[in-house]
Formats: sequence, structure tokens, C-alpha cells
Amino acid sequence: MSNLTILPVLIPLIAGIIATLFHKKLTLVRIFSQVSTIISTIVASYVFYYVIQNGTLVLESGDWMAPYGIVLVGDLLSVTLVLTTNIVALAAVFYAPYSLSDEQESFYFYTFYFLLISGVSGAFITGDLFNLFVFFEVLLMASYALIILGGGKVQLRESIKYVLINLFSSMLFVTTIAFLYSVVGTVNMAQIGQRVSEVNQSGILTTIAFLLFFVFGTKAALFPLYYWLPRPYIAPNPVISALFGALLTKVGIYSIFRVFTIIFVHETAITHQFFIWIAAFTLIFGVIGALSTNNIKLIVAYNIIPAVGFMIAGIGIYNETALSGAVYYLVNDMIIKAALFLLVGAIAYLAGTSDLRKMKGLIHHYPMLGWLLFISAFVLAGVPPFSGFIGKLLILQGAIEANEIIITIIGLLVSLLILFSVMRIFIQGFWGEKDAAIVPNKPLARKLMLPVAFLISFSVFLGIGAEWFYPITEEIGNNLMNPELYIKSVLKE
Amino acid sequence: MEIIMAILAGILFTTGVYNLLQKQLLRIIIGTALISHGAHLFILTMGKLKRGAPPILDKTITDYTDPLPQALILTSIVISFGVTSLLLVLAYRASKENGTDNMETLRGNQND
Repeated sequence: MSNLTILPVLIPLIAGIIATLFHKKLTLVRIFSQVSTIISTIVASYVFYYVIQNGTLVLESGDWMAPYGIVLVGDLLSVTLVLTTNIVALAAVFYAPYSLSDEQESFYFYTFYFLLISGVSGAFITGDLFNLFVFFEVLLMASYALIILGGGKVQLRESIKYVLINLFSSMLFVTTIAFLYSVVGTVNMAQIGQRVSEVNQSGILTTIAFLLFFVFGTKAALFPLYYWLPRPYIAPNPVISALFGALLTKVGIYSIFRVFTIIFVHETAITHQFFIWIAAFTLIFGVIGALSTNNIKLIVAYNIIPAVGFMIAGIGIYNETALSGAVYYLVNDMIIKAALFLLVGAIAYLAGTSDLRKMKGLIHHYPMLGWLLFISAFVLAGVPPFSGFIGKLLILQGAIEANEIIITIIGLLVSLLILFSVMRIFIQGFWGEKDAAIVPNKPLARKLMLPVAFLISFSVFLGIGAEWFYPITEEIGNNLMNPELYIKSVLKE
Repeated sequence: MEIIMAILAGILFTTGVYNLLQKQLLRIIIGTALISHGAHLFILTMGKLKRGAPPILDKTITDYTDPLPQALILTSIVISFGVTSLLLVLAYRASKENGTDNMETLRGNQND
């Protein structure tokens, strides 16, 4: 039964390899990709269900005992994120045929798409630090290929920055693993967690903790390290931006969650307090970026940064309420960022421009599109019936419990500004006189809207069905606060 | 021995970072290559450079060097090799398309 753990990695990987074989036959490759994504989602839901029922799944690959071989750990946090990844992938694969040109699609779009999903799922379920690096590289390589797909001037220019910053932080990741290996003598996360308390060298371990935080912070676009994110993210096609915005930074966040709840819990007064400051700056600077621009794609890309800030605040506050809130917010944000990127891509495509000053009165042509944007702005800002609310509520509640008043106030104010930044798209783009320059294309609009509506309905369900989803995140929060549970389930002693 | 290797890795990092901060695209790529050399050397050093036989099983030998860092380096070398080759092609295409290999002029304007 523990073989279930590897399926979310294996199915996209095999599908990606098969999709390479007939990449020019568009109809076939589309149907194949859609069917395999559906299968992969069903499998991921089953794994999710299985883990809820029976507890953590641990797969020791090749029957080697835990610290010696590579382990894949499907605990509750991992499988929740794997399922969310698959839901985002499902929306993207149905959006792609209408958004990408035939040429882009036939040049291995689906192959790289599957490799990206495989790498992300792998990063979520691995239990080994070096394996995490390898899965990072798998998803980054796929993302390099996706970001230049089409080879436009802007894409080529922006992708250089993206590749360089990621190559640099990957090399730093390897160096940090080397440091950690020399101190604790293992790369298995559970065993590192166990040994960190035994080796009694908290000075060097705190240094390593900050190095790792720097690496993951670069991937996750935290405050001083977010400068590379916005422009490369809007360069490729909207469906690719949606995959990036929903998945890539969240892998960095997930790694911070893992590393700073299992391994580096010995000096929380230094590390976790530092995160709260970083979170505060990330929130402020991200939202300033979102307010500073008139490019609708850039507004959404900048909105990734404050969302990441909220999650880092959750880990910085480091109590059960805040952590479960951060996990709730993480799941919600993966879905809503994908929806927003797809939505904004559709708007820019249908209006013929992504400049906010040049569009007006879109609601006369596309009422559904307008209301979907309206709802997703509310979800993003965290207005009560929707899922963004519960995550933020829990994070801020945790902050008050931990007496962190400043971050609470900043969080609330930034939420207001986030709402304003997205509402600007609605007010300036959708209200106003009918724009005669726009030729409405209703059938295409409907096809583009369907995956977005799927994601948004899912996110609304997460908000209304909080009674059902909250106990899961509460248990995840509990697990994160008690790393012994994770260590015991992996090392089995 | 470790201290010399650590200094050497440090020098590789320094030159790598210096090259990363240059304007010419090719220099930047050379910088990334130097940094990855530094990182790989560093893994080998951090696995401790004890004198021992190469990690090939032989009944007469009792002391081996640590095989794990070597496997890690091999993986990391292949990955950075792949990324570097992609980066070289990318730099070639980008400089051809944009007509410059200077990072300062490779900025583009506000609206595209």
C-alpha cells in the first residue's frame, strides 16, 4: 500500500515521456494529456483519502531502511499539497488549448507541463534533503523550458534573469547541504531532525538554518529576494504564468515549513522571530508593487509576494493556530493565484491589451468574466464567506495569541490594500462606457472561463466547507508542531 | 588538507560572484560555472578528505573514502551541466534576438 506515495510523481512523469512521442499530433496529445491529468487527480485524491484514514504513508524505495535509502513521505501536509497541485494542473490543461498557439503546443508544451507537475509533486513528498534539491531541479528545468516556449523577445530577455537567479540559489542549496552533511552526517530529513538535538552545535546550525532560509526564500520570493519574480512571471503565456504563480513559489514555502519545523527548532527565538520581520517587509513591499503598476498581469504577479508573506508570518509565529492557518492559506492561495492568472490572461487576450488605462466597460461584453474577477478579488483579500478569510483569520489569531501585535496590524492593512489593488482591475477595466473597439468573442470567452470557474468554485467550496477542511489543517498544524511524529513515522524505532 | 580545499572553494566562489556581477552575458555564464565548481569542491571537502581507498569493494581493504558525497557531486555535476548548456543556448538566442549581450542594455521598455 505504501507504493501509493510515488504515484503522484510517477503518473505525470510517464505521461510526459509518452506525450513526447506524438507531440505534433495536437488532438491526440491534448486528449491524452487531459485524460492523464484526470487520472493523476483521481489517484492524488485517493492517496489523500487514504492518508486521512490511515495516517502517514512512508515508502522506502528499494527496500533500504529509512536513513540509508531514499524515503518518500506522504504525510497529511504533503498529500494535501499534491492534491491541490493536481487540481491546478487540471484547470491549466483544459485552458491550454485555447490560450497557446498551435506551434507552442506542438513544441513539447505537454511534456514540460507534466515534468513540472511531476517535479512539484516530488518536492512535496520527498523525505530527503538532496532528493528535494533534485526535484527542485526537475521542476526548475521544466519551468525554464516553459518560460521560453515561443521564444519571444521579452521572454528571452526575462528568462535569462530567471535562470541565473535559480542557478545561483541551487548552487547555494548544494553548498548548504554539504555544510549540513559535515555537521550531522546524513541527508535524510528525519534523521537530521533527530541528530540536530544531539550534536549540540547550535551556533553553526543556526548559520546553516539562515543559509537554507536564504535559498528557499529566493525560490519563494521573500522580501529582499523577490526582485526577480514579477517580470519573468508575466513574460510567458497566461497558462504557464498560472502554473508558475500557483506552484513554484509554494514549493519554496513548503520547504521552509518542513525544514523549520523538523530540523531547525532549537533556536526559535532567533530564526522564527527573524521570519516575522521578513514577513512584515514582504507584505508591505509586495503590496506596494501591486499598487504601483497599471499592467494587470503585473498586478497579479506582485500579489504573489504578500501572499507568501502571510505564510511566512504563520511559520514565524510558530504556534498551532498560526501554522494551520498558514497551511489553509497556502492551499487557498495556490488555487486562487492560478485562477487569477488565468482570468487576467483571458482579460488581456479578449481586451487586446494588458494596460489598465486602455480598457474600460468590459462588463458589457463579458459579464461572467467580470463577476468571476470580482469573486476572486474577494477570495484573495479574505472577505468572510470565502476561503482566504479563514486562513488569514487563523494566522492573525495565532499572532495575537503570541503577542505579535505589529504583524497583526500590518496583515490587516495589507489585506485592505490587496483588495484595492485587484479591485482596481474591476473598477477601471470593467465599469464605465461600452468600448466600441472591442469585438466580443463570446464562444472563446466561455471556453477560457470554464477552467477558471472550476478553480473559483473549488475555492468557494473551501471557504464554505471550512467545517470539513479545517480539521485537516488543524491536524497538519499539530503535526508540524510535533516533529517527533514525523521522525518516528520515518525512522520506525 | 581540508583548510586548503576550503580556501580554494572560497576563491572559486569569489571569482564566480565577481563574474556574475559583470555586464557581458558570457562572463556571467562563466561565473555560474565557477560557482558550481566551487560548490562541488565544497561537497567533496565537507565529506572529509580522509585518506582511504576509492569506494570500490575489495576484501583486502578496510578503509574507504566516503562514497555518499561523491554520488551527490556526480548528480549535481550532471544537473549543472544541463542548466549551463541551456543557459548558453539561451544567451545565444537572446543576444541574437535583442542585438546585444550587455545586461545593461538588455532591459527593454516599460510596456512590453
